Amino acid sequence: MWLVLIAIITTIMLSLNLKCKIKKLREMQVLKPRFTSLTIHYVYCFVLWAFIFVGIIALAPFSDIKKYFLLILSLSFNFWLISYFYKNKFNAKKHIEAAGRLVMEAAAGIGIVITIAITISILFESIRFFEIVNIGDFLFGLKWNPQMAMHEEQAVSGSSFGIIPVLLGTILITLIAVLVAVPIGIMAAIYLGFYARVKTRNYLKPILEILAGVPTVVYGYFAVIAVAPFFKDIFSFFGFDIASESALAAGFVMGIMIIPFVLSLTDDALNSVPQYLKDGALALGSTKSEMIKKVVIQTAMPSIIGAIILAVSRAIGETMIVTMAAGLVAKLTFNPLDSVTTATAQIVTLLVGDQEFNSAKTLAAFALALVLFIITFIFNIIALMVMRRYSRV
Amino acid sequence: MQNKIKKNLKKRYLQEKRFKFMGASSISFAVIFLILFLTLIASKGYRAFISHEIALEIDLSKESIVKNSDLSSAYQDLSTPDLIEQISYHHLIRQAIREKYSEEKDAAKLNSLYKMFSEIADFSLKEKISKSPELLGSKHLFWLDASSEIDIYLKYKIDANLGENQINVINDLKEKKQIKTIFNWQFFKNADSREPEAAGISASLIGSLLTMLIFLVFAFPIAVMSAFYLEEFAKKNWLTNLVEISINNLAAIPSIIYGLLGLTIYLQFMHLPRSSALVGGMTLFMLVLPVIIIATRNTIRTIPQSIRDGAMALGASKMQIMIHHLLPLSIPGIMTGTILAMSRALGETAPLLMIGMVAFIADVPKNFSDPTTVLPVQIYLWSDSPEIGFVEKTAAAILVLLAFLIIFNLSAIILRNKFERKW
Repeated sequence: MWLVLIAIITTIMLSLNLKCKIKKLREMQVLKPRFTSLTIHYVYCFVLWAFIFVGIIALAPFSDIKKYFLLILSLSFNFWLISYFYKNKFNAKKHIEAAGRLVMEAAAGIGIVITIAITISILFESIRFFEIVNIGDFLFGLKWNPQMAMHEEQAVSGSSFGIIPVLLGTILITLIAVLVAVPIGIMAAIYLGFYARVKTRNYLKPILEILAGVPTVVYGYFAVIAVAPFFKDIFSFFGFDIASESALAAGFVMGIMIIPFVLSLTDDALNSVPQYLKDGALALGSTKSEMIKKVVIQTAMPSIIGAIILAVSRAIGETMIVTMAAGLVAKLTFNPLDSVTTATAQIVTLLVGDQEFNSAKTLAAFALALVLFIITFIFNIIALMVMRRYSRV
Repeated sequence: MQNKIKKNLKKRYLQEKRFKFMGASSISFAVIFLILFLTLIASKGYRAFISHEIALEIDLSKESIVKNSDLSSAYQDLSTPDLIEQISYHHLIRQAIREKYSEEKDAAKLNSLYKMFSEIADFSLKEKISKSPELLGSKHLFWLDASSEIDIYLKYKIDANLGENQINVINDLKEKKQIKTIFNWQFFKNADSREPEAAGISASLIGSLLTMLIFLVFAFPIAVMSAFYLEEFAKKNWLTNLVEISINNLAAIPSIIYGLLGLTIYLQFMHLPRSSALVGGMTLFMLVLPVIIIATRNTIRTIPQSIRDGAMALGASKMQIMIHHLLPLSIPGIMTGTILAMSRALGETAPLLMIGMVAFIADVPKNFSDPTTVLPVQIYLWSDSPEIGFVEKTAAAILVLLAFLIIFNLSAIILRNKFERKW
């Protein structure tokens, strides 16, 4: 610890010393230097290499020999650098810029590293899961009951890890969410883009951004406290049988959460329609709504469809609202008044709890995550392709 | 013919009106929902910011303290800090209650009178005396925290948990003006607890702060360097395309998958401490990195080519152009993007649940590797409890979270409006 501090102080002092020396040397020199390196670049080079050396030595297993070794190293490095410069062979600027570029490449590479890490970690654990549970049973089984398998401690019976009910629950809730979000989002974007006055638009946009910034836990809490009882009261009043944690409540709130997402994407799509198309339609005598319906939407349709697909992908991956407001028991039903569960809620319940990491229960969460990952990935790629290929602008 | 056209025109105008109405009603729906939602949460939560105190005259003379604590009477000066620690405030309070209601002889009723003050009252008294030790030696009037049952009764008129004849005592105190309503600082000072009245958000606030610090320290430099690299230095080959595609994909992955990644890599593989701010910050860093990269790239793209050309004409190398020209010009945009990313990270729950922040944490974290919790996870944990105390605390915590988010978003908007340059 102290060693590093002393090293840093020594380095700083030596670098200032070096700077003065090089400046004096340059002023004394008769020939102009061939490279465009400034004095400061030499100092940066020195500091960089000093840090590298200090780092290596600090991690090395010597003891107090370190200290002396370090000081001697810095001083000798100092003189070595000056003599190198003096012979005018060292282009410090190129050197330090190459080092900076290397660091930036490494930073950019982290993007790939994370993607690879996600893929590997999920695949790895899922493969361990599929050694325990047959993949066919997993993909096509009709019963999802992971808790039961743990209690009996047997070789997992094939029928308790079937994801069809879970997937069905996900699809149901996503469908409700999209049915709520897409019409409202598109109509709101149309109104904001074509009918609202500029002042109104300036007020409404930040308000809708607030809606987008609310954390999903808060939406989940609202769903549990207000929306689910509301739906329960209404439907019970009309005599329908509704669970207290219905898919309708969760889907409804999720739809509202997605509205700003759809709205901003559709807004971008509508804005990208060229002005001459809109003007042409109006010039031929159509009303504003006819222009929108027949020209603008048709032109922006690929982007709007892309936006819808991205919204679906977002809804599939949403966790907190469904964990709090939808049920945790997988049911094979398409009735929105029932309580269903989604893949994300199952992942949360499986992994939040006691964690014996090799049990089939926790590995099942990874298999679910794999399915989730693949589905959202496919949706994103489809959205991207649709937007690119069919764009008519 | 004219009539036909006229009728058709009418129909088309009606269609226009209906269409416009549909658009307006969609927007109104969204806005009304937002207003409803905020009002509901505010109405459920505002009462958590209020608590009550009851006046009690306590005898702090030396005889009284010695009688009620374990200290011997040989001590001359009781105001030294370690002696202050040893005084039994609990018994002092009870003695004061006995003196106040000296005509009450029934043991059960006396017990219910003791219960009028919450357990925190002992600590409040100790704090008050530690701050001003000169109070020792005589009788003083103290305002001490009321119990949570009284709190709930005064706020919601639910008297299910009150002891016998406590209602009469409370009305009596109200008449004598010996109950007062104050702002509930305990909510912000206390960490989580099993008792609803003692639960507060201090641990989760500090946990959120530590997590955001870690994630900023990692995300900001890496994202900015990465974005500049991809925009300025990268050659257009397949590797760069791959990096761009993977960053765009990472931005659209559900957040829970990052939690799983954090679980496998940080907890299982690297054995970092579970539920610590360090792991939480690193998980959030992976989540938000693509967002900052994309925001920074958009900012860099808006800088006109003439600046780069001018600098290059004067002999600057690419790196120098970046450091001396592009970076200062794009800082407003980068800051806006980072602030929006921070506000997103503040509200994330699912990935942090995966790395274990779901435990019950009763202490404020002291460093980056202590187990902590963050505010949204705290909200999630409290939302399961049906007790009224927790319901109002959950709503109040949500209000605090929303307040922070509004501050972040507002500062991003102000920054954007003030410093953005239109080329």
